Amino acid sequence: MKKITTFLVFLIISNYTFAQNQIEMATGLRSSGKIYVVVLVLLTIFVVLGIFLFMLDRRIKKLEK
Amino acid sequence: MKKSWWKILGLVMVAASIVVGFLGPVPALFLLHETIRNVYFHVPMWSAMFALYLISVIYSIRYLNGSRVNDDLMAVEAVNTGIVFCIIGLLTGMQWANITWGDFWPNDPKTNGSAIATLMYLAYLVLRNALEEEQKRAKISAVYNIFAFPIMIVLMYIMPKMTDSLHPGSGGNGTFGDLDMDNQMRPVFYTATIGWILIGVWICTLRYRVRLLENKRNFVD
Repeated sequence: MKKITTFLVFLIISNYTFAQNQIEMATGLRSSGKIYVVVLVLLTIFVVLGIFLFMLDRRIKKLEK
Repeated sequence: MKKSWWKILGLVMVAASIVVGFLGPVPALFLLHETIRNVYFHVPMWSAMFALYLISVIYSIRYLNGSRVNDDLMAVEAVNTGIVFCIIGLLTGMQWANITWGDFWPNDPKTNGSAIATLMYLAYLVLRNALEEEQKRAKISAVYNIFAFPIMIVLMYIMPKMTDSLHPGSGGNGTFGDLDMDNQMRPVFYTATIGWILIGVWICTLRYRVRLLENKRNFVD
């Protein structure tokens, strides 16, 4: 579980830096119609849902034992 | 943990499709404009639904072969999860249709076909609840499911292609391949599709495991 959490955190960070590197640093999220903000929001929603699913998975695994 | 690699793969694939789906290049098309990006999100819902219904019919056939209760439970949970994806597909389709085709429900054969198919699978769940005896319920619903699956394919994938439909690949309309001439969208679309199918199967297995636990507890009581 820890591995996955760290993995997902890295995923978020890497995507964040990816969005920033395309345009100048620090202005990344404010550039070109601000679509990156929407991408980040959607990605956050999705990653949290993914973590939620993993937690659910683990709870069921515990019940099975 | 070793067994859950495909769950992580599914999440990563969909996450990648969200990023590239918004920022990647798409063809500039009449009427569609940026909404063409919905292809990455609306269509995979139907792919996930199809995969889950396929799993359901496979387990129904397995149940009729071996009469194992677990196969029947898997078949139900696959339909339960598939219907969720189907509802999301219908809702997102309606939103998209309202903007591009001018109506929430433009009487499109594919839209109508998928609505009828949804009702058919809802009838499957109602049928199950109506039968008290477990073995009889499992057997009858398995047979129903095996009949429902090909009818669903005909309604959603064959009939619309034979008449005029607003969806791509029907009547005089070009296919998805014609719209996406440079194949810019294909890799993202396939990534999203496989990712959503994996997540759909994951949710289905979660529901199946809960159902197994419930079943075991009822047996003990």
